[in-house]
Order: sequence, then C-alpha cells, then structure tokens
Amino acid sequence: MKYLSVAIIFSVLLLSACKKEAPSFNSDVKSRLSVEFDNIAGSSNLQLNTGSYSNALGETFTVSKLKYYVSNFSFTKTDGTVYTVPQAESYFLIDESKPVSLSADFQVPEGEYKILSFIVGVDSSRSTMDITERTGVLDPTGEGGDMYWGWNSGYIFFKMEGTSTASTAMEGSYMYHVGGFGGYHANTINNIKPITIDLSERGNPQVKTGKETNIHLMADILKMFNGVTNFSIAKNSMVMFDPLSTALADNYADMFKHDHTEN
Amino acid sequence: MRLHRKVAVLFILVVSIVACSKVPSFDLFTPFERPSYFPEPGYRLEANPVTKDGFELGKKLFYDPSLSADNTISCGSCHIQTAAFTQHGHSVSHGIKDRLGTRNSQPIMNLAWNTSFLWDGGVFDLDLQPIAPITNHLEMDNTMEEVLKKLNGNASYRDQFRKAFGSEEITGTLFLKALSQFMVMCVSSNAKYDSMRRGEVSFTEAEQAGYVTFREKCNSCHKEPLFTDHSFRNNGLSISAVDDKGRFNITLNESDKYKFRVPTLRNLSFTPPYMHDGRLLDLEGVLAHYATGIIQTPNLDEALKLGIQLTITEKTNLLIFLKTLDDRSFITDKRFSE
Repeated sequence: MKYLSVAIIFSVLLLSACKKEAPSFNSDVKSRLSVEFDNIAGSSNLQLNTGSYSNALGETFTVSKLKYYVSNFSFTKTDGTVYTVPQAESYFLIDESKPVSLSADFQVPEGEYKILSFIVGVDSSRSTMDITERTGVLDPTGEGGDMYWGWNSGYIFFKMEGTSTASTAMEGSYMYHVGGFGGYHANTINNIKPITIDLSERGNPQVKTGKETNIHLMADILKMFNGVTNFSIAKNSMVMFDPLSTALADNYADMFKHDHTEN
Repeated sequence: MRLHRKVAVLFILVVSIVACSKVPSFDLFTPFERPSYFPEPGYRLEANPVTKDGFELGKKLFYDPSLSADNTISCGSCHIQTAAFTQHGHSVSHGIKDRLGTRNSQPIMNLAWNTSFLWDGGVFDLDLQPIAPITNHLEMDNTMEEVLKKLNGNASYRDQFRKAFGSEEITGTLFLKALSQFMVMCVSSNAKYDSMRRGEVSFTEAEQAGYVTFREKCNSCHKEPLFTDHSFRNNGLSISAVDDKGRFNITLNESDKYKFRVPTLRNLSFTPPYMHDGRLLDLEGVLAHYATGIIQTPNLDEALKLGIQLTITEKTNLLIFLKTLDDRSFITDKRFSE
C-alpha cells in the first residue's frame, strides 16, 4: 500500500514534469548559454590594484593580475542527459583585466540543466597536442604566451600576482603560478582540477531559443589562501612549478560557487 | 619483345639525360632522408612535411638576429655549424648583452630522433623548443609577440611564408614549423662510423679495438647509432655552486635529482667543452672523470658506481674510435651554412 502510493505520487510528478517540459524545449535545437566568472574576494567585489584584502592568517594583499584557464565544459540536464561541448571550442582564459573574457559562451541543446562541470586548467591531451591544435587562448606564441612555461612545456593554469605587506620577496610582491598537467615522459604534479556545480539550489538554467540564459558564478580568490591549507604569503611569496602549488590548487578548486541564474 | 625492351631502355636513358640537364647544377635542397640503420624519427614529419621553401625559410630564421630583443643574437650565435651547432669554447652559453646561462649549448643534430629537448628534457616537442631560448631572459630575452610583429612587418618574410605555407599572415605556429623544418634536416650520418655501417669502408685495427671497448663500456648509455639512449642519468659530477638539479626541475621527483640528458657522442671533436655545464675541456678529461672522478651523489647511475676503468691501450683505442664519429661533411654542409 505504502509502495503503491509512493509509486502513484512519483508517476504524477513524473507526468507533470514531462508535461511542463515536453512542449517548451526542443533538444534538437541549440541556443545560447553563458557561464559568467565573477571574481570576488570574500564579500567584496575584486578590484585589481586598488582593492586590499586579507586572508585567514591576517595577511593583507592586493591583486594586480588574475588569470586562469577553464575548459572541457559539460552540462547535465534534469533528465540526466549530458551535453559535452566540442573540446576544441571549450577553452577559455579568464582574465580579470579583460571584462569580455569573464564570460564563457556556448550553444547547447534546449532544455533545463541542473549540473555544470568544467576543469580549471588545460587537460593533458591538449597540453601535448601538435602546435597547430593550440590556437586562440592556447597559442603559446600569442594569447597564451603569458600562461605558458617555455622551459618546461606546459600551461600555467592559474596565475595570481600582487603585493602584500607580508611578502618577503622583492618590492613586497607575491606571485603564484600554478600549472602541471601530470608530465609527458615522467609523472609529475597534476594540478588539473575538475569542478562540478549543482545548479538546482540557485536556479536551473532553462535554455530556449529566443532568450539568453546565464549561469552566474562567483569565484572567491580568498579561497586561494583559505582552505584545506591556510596559505601564508610570508612563508611562500613565490610559488611556481613546485610541490607547494598543489596546496594552492586544492584550495582554489573550492572557489567557484553558483550565485544565480538569469533565465 | 627484346627490341621493345631495348627501345624502352634507350628512351629512359634519353629522357633522364634531358631531365638531368634541366636540373640546376647548384640546388642545395634534398628531401629529408632516414639513414637505413637509424630508427624511425620521433618527429611527426607527416604533420610538417619538409619542403625546399620551408627549409630555406627556417634557415633564414635560424640565422636572423632580429629574433632577439636587441637584434644581436640569432639561434646560430650559440649553435655554430663548425662546432656541430654548439658554442665552441664556451662552458655555458653567452646570450644577449653577454649574459651567462648555466648550461652548455647542445648540438642541433639528428633532432628528428630526439624524444625530448634541453639538458633536463623540459621540452617534449621540437616545435615548442625555440620558444625557450627566445623568451629566456639570459638568452634572446624577447617575447614571441615581438618576434611575430617584426616578421609580419617584413615584406620579404611575408613573401617567404606565403611560398612555404600559403599564408600571408605569419603566425607563431608557422614560425615554429619553419624552424623545425630547418632543424630536422640537420642530419649527421656521414662520419667514418656511418661509412663502416654502410659497408663502404673498414675500421683500422685500432678503431676496431676501440669500437669493441666502446661496446663493452659505453654503449649502454651512448647507444648506437645515435650514440644516446635519450635517457637522463647522473654521471657522478660534483655538485657545483649553481646546484643545478637537472631533470628534477622538470619532474620534481627525488629520483631525478642531478640527472641530465645522455648527450650524443657524434661530432665529439667539434663540440668541446663537455658535460651539461661545460666543465670538462677535453676528452682525456672526460675519460679521467669516468675512471677516477666519480662523486657519489644522490641518484648516481648504477653503471657508474665503480667508475669506468680502462687500460692505457683501451683508452688510446677508444679515443681513436670516437674520432670515427666526426662528420666533417656535416659541419661544412653548405645547405646548413649561414
């Protein structure tokens, strides 16, 4: 009896869900969906150079540069089907100094989506492809030049630089350049971070022709310092290709939160 | 039937004579060729087939000092053909404004077979290699953006890129592909050793004896016919003030500390000084290092724990054998000259 009522309720729910969706979405048609990366510092909007922030250890700092790669996007519908963006169109370089770079735009099949997945960084396969396959933001001789290690072939996934009174480096600067796709001939650090975000709590995007849908993410750069390891600028003002970088990557993997969806 | 065959032979003869007379007498380009006893190249030639126009463009870029920030240093400044494309006589390379690096410049030779580049193997694709010296502060101290701007502003380069790749715009990708075309063509396979392998000559008694010693005591790392096994090893050098950790800088694995690429032994006579930092001035010094100079540092290669002991005769013959790896035609080949 109990099972029957549960089954009935479930079926009704299912039917009503179908009823709502069936007439409104055509999954054979693609429409626009964008993901916005809104960089913040705790409860403040991030302001390059002028904003001053402090981390969990009480060290104050400014940010002069914030750039990171996001790639390999996929979107999961409420019915469980997954749309994976064609890989070649799935690389974005978020650069706080370039407002136009802060939004990643896609064409996805119409429908209601509940999960957003991407990686912070560049996958190992693309990192080792022939140079002809590394265009746009991945071009190490162009747009990607500032995010590439020439001496140790590979992309810098995440770059944050600025000044801090706690810094022990020259001119009170700090530099965090995090990269490492796992190595080509030998295993080494892998800082590729897969991110999965549940959108249902703050609003599922409903993608439909004729309107623009936007998933608004907040990316809190304080998480760079505050997390599994509370990171000290005084102790490590410069971190580049170094085992320490994995602590930074573990921390920033937690910086993306879904704020709202504009449907 | 027999008459037909004779006519056919005659026809081919006539045609080939006519054809030959049309070929310019001074044509420097010959296509890339793998010597029969070399393994398959590691470089993806099918993704960048070498053409005459591409090769010549690559050569022009290789010798162009405008790739450096102040137009003073070209690739050819530290990779000099007469020194088998190394910087003869310099322990470490001299870059822009005479800034000193920490490592000895490596030869541009048989790179189509290399599996990685630089002393620590930090670069895994020949196409990506030129970015390292061009952007290194101590070497050419430039940016790729600046290089491409200069090249795109030059009509003769635009014309050459169009000829080689059919593109008016000079992109970083095409720039790197052109340089690779020049570099993969720098094949050294005309030493006496190669003639011996092809059965054209025989070794003298001393060379043969040296070859036997080589195979007994050196071949496990300096593997024929490229005279390197492309691995990274710690060969027992003392740790210098620079404390260069070599391969460790790339992998961050403790087991790679103080390991460096096993260099080729081809054209050894033209490439002193030796070792990653050029600390040993001659081959006697190198053999003395392996005999009595090995320092027990972390990750010292198993094969070198006891050093390599040679009798005086073995040493003499080994040095005679090593001379058979000198390829004079390579270091004077006009195709590669500035």
